[in-house]
Amino acid sequence: MIILEKRPQPSQFWSYGAPIVAVFVTMIFGAALFAALGQPPIEALSKIFWEPLFGEFSFFYLPQLLIKGAPLVAIALGLSLGFKAGIWNIGAEGQYIIGALCGAAVGLAFYPMEARWLVLPAMLIAGALGGFAWAMIPGILRVKFNTNEILVSLMLVYVAEQLLAAMALGAMKNPEGMGFPGSRNLSQYGSASSWIDQGNGMHWGVVIALIAVIFAYILFARHILGFQIKLAGQAPRAAAFSGVSPARLVLFCLGVSGALAGIAGLTEVSGPAGVVSIDFNVGYGFTAIIVAFLGRLHPVGILMAGALMALTYIGGDVAQSSLGLPKAAIQVFQGTLLFSLLGIDVLTNYRVRIKRGAVA
Amino acid sequence: MTEPLVKLEGLTKAYPGVVANSDVSFDIQAGEVHALLGENGAGKSTLVKTIYGLVKPDSGTMTLDGQPFTPAEPRAARAAGIAMVFQHFSLFEALNVAENVALGMENPPPMNTLAQRIKEVSETYGLPLDPTRIVGDLSAGERQRVEIIRCLLQDPKVLIMDEPTSVLTPQEVDILFETLRKLKSEGTAILYISHKLEEIRALCDHATVLRLGEVVGTCVPKETSAREMAELMVGGTLHVPERETGETGETLMKISGLSAASPAEFGTSLKDITLEIRAGDVIGIGGVAGNGQDELLGALSGEIRVGAGQVAFMGRDIGQLAPDARRSLGICAAPEERMGHAAAPDMSLTENAALTGRKRKALTSNGFIDWGKTRNFAEEIIERFDVRTPGAGNAARSLSGGNLQKFVIGREILQDPQILIVNQPTWGVDASAAAAIRQALLDLAAKGAGVIVISQDLDELMEISDQFAALNEGRLSKPRPAQGLTVEEIGLMLGGAHDMEVAHVD
Repeated sequence: MIILEKRPQPSQFWSYGAPIVAVFVTMIFGAALFAALGQPPIEALSKIFWEPLFGEFSFFYLPQLLIKGAPLVAIALGLSLGFKAGIWNIGAEGQYIIGALCGAAVGLAFYPMEARWLVLPAMLIAGALGGFAWAMIPGILRVKFNTNEILVSLMLVYVAEQLLAAMALGAMKNPEGMGFPGSRNLSQYGSASSWIDQGNGMHWGVVIALIAVIFAYILFARHILGFQIKLAGQAPRAAAFSGVSPARLVLFCLGVSGALAGIAGLTEVSGPAGVVSIDFNVGYGFTAIIVAFLGRLHPVGILMAGALMALTYIGGDVAQSSLGLPKAAIQVFQGTLLFSLLGIDVLTNYRVRIKRGAVA
Repeated sequence: MTEPLVKLEGLTKAYPGVVANSDVSFDIQAGEVHALLGENGAGKSTLVKTIYGLVKPDSGTMTLDGQPFTPAEPRAARAAGIAMVFQHFSLFEALNVAENVALGMENPPPMNTLAQRIKEVSETYGLPLDPTRIVGDLSAGERQRVEIIRCLLQDPKVLIMDEPTSVLTPQEVDILFETLRKLKSEGTAILYISHKLEEIRALCDHATVLRLGEVVGTCVPKETSAREMAELMVGGTLHVPERETGETGETLMKISGLSAASPAEFGTSLKDITLEIRAGDVIGIGGVAGNGQDELLGALSGEIRVGAGQVAFMGRDIGQLAPDARRSLGICAAPEERMGHAAAPDMSLTENAALTGRKRKALTSNGFIDWGKTRNFAEEIIERFDVRTPGAGNAARSLSGGNLQKFVIGREILQDPQILIVNQPTWGVDASAAAAIRQALLDLAAKGAGVIVISQDLDELMEISDQFAALNEGRLSKPRPAQGLTVEEIGLMLGGAHDMEVAHVD
């Protein structure tokens, strides 16, 4: 009989080893999956993991890595604060949209003023505030009325999507757009563009994501607030005894994650996406949940997980176009990654014992 | 002598690093109340778990009624006629009595038949209990009756009771003993675990004493003094904390008309509590668990905020201050529940030292934690309070209950508080460590701090308190000098005035 036995201490080895083993398990599973689909498994895997980094067209794919990775990392970092404290913001996608809308509104309002020093910072602030405000809705409802922030934040994603459509077709529609839906292209408006170096995929969202990693690292390693977040998640009663105010913590965690998602949305709409359009959001807010857990809610882990996730997206596109793998297969592959991580994660706190002998 | 009902021979069980039971042998006759004595960690729980099928012995044999007895799991033990009442109840508060009993049965009969049977059993054995009442509304004594009736419905041959009286008032203890004597007269064997030696002298026919997993002696409790039994248990003479009766000084804390609703669903609200704590004073607060102890500690530590003018420290109203602000003033507390309340189980001892120590020990500056200083503080606690652990980096959950208790109490005492409130300070701690904790509390009071000790252990309270008050359904009795209080007086204080009337009628 195989039994799981709780470890007296969490295993150091497995807390670092689990993500690596999970990636390997995913590769093995993926190879089997691709083989079953009649594709050469090794080649498919190398298309996903090797081609974008070192292949012939890596000059094209590497910038994509930054573009796809930055919003994932920024959003996941914000979410990780709440997840550590047991506060479940599932609606980062909505905060991302509202951040983009608020920032874009400011940018479009200034058009065509030539003052990058004013317009872009104003947009960043507006984007952060937009995401923050959208996250405050579930936050305040939870603090005041004890509602479930999971449901409220998730529902608000759909509200945000409707707002996005309304804006793209209405108030923010490009007056010179020949009636096509979508706003003016912000990335082509010099004062509002978030690009720093478009050829290399550098934009302000990448910079802010990296700064956020450093801040989050310091917060958790040294600051009392990081300690209190951890404490509230692990032992809520001990946190109250220690003097943590649960309401303030809920608002802080939701506010920070909303603001980061908002900034990610704004830098996306004024850079890689360019325009406010109906299909602006592509699910970064949801994928970031996977990234946060894949990175074990640790800032550096999230950075690596975001890079890995971006790689599977880009590699998945490569495999789709060059091998004709169905999109669903790529999604199953990505899902397997989270699934195996959570499965192997058990080993951090439990050990497997094989118990021999029958039950008398 | 007839064939014993239960015969244990050479039972041995080792865990990594510790031998819990070593070659334990003794017999229990039908119709006998057999006491199992020993300090915490002496191996009593392992032994009864072995009999109840929760632990498989490494070697040794058991026989029941002359037949070999090797229960693989509690279900098998129950089927063979072994029943056990645990120290901690496993009841669902939101369900009623009959539903709780049904949950523990293999094939529960229809609910009204079961309720009828519960009524019959409760009347036969003098355990008044209404099967339709919700468990959340019952007192600890009544909850224990649910557990006992649950056992009696199986018609057991052997009933194991683990510390049954620790949650009962003296009057409730009398009712329980009547029941147990009736069971005994019907031929049921009772294996009775308790630390309360006078109770054992009153109830038990034989006693087996365990120390460090081995049987170190047997005795007939009626013919042995409590002191002799205690010395058998600890294997030496007991150190009794020394009380230097200092002068009590100025009033430090004044609680007047404190009323607060409990944050917990089935908690007890505090009702109009008035108490004055002077420098150098040790106030013992007794009472059966669940009568507002947690809430009182919370209202004083700052976890529960209370109305204006209800709690004052040195003349300043502190009812609305958060725990950290109160600590800064010098008010520290140690709650009863160690895991998850006083300490975070998955965090290291260093992190747990920061949990309450950061203000008074200045472990943070501008919000940044000085981990080196925090580790030094944790190591100081470990050393001064003899916490057995490989180091401050270990998770709190890796410590045994008693060791973690020492850490928690030490953490508060070393912050040099002006007022210290502790709930069950020596619960689960062995006798010598308990004596050390009590001594530390007394030393703190001698240095001029005010100490409030909330405990269910009346002996402990009598030993260290200057004043004694009882908590009953959220109300606190008027404190009385602890010296010279008799057991009857304490019992009446614990039961509250309501029970006193009943006593008169009887």
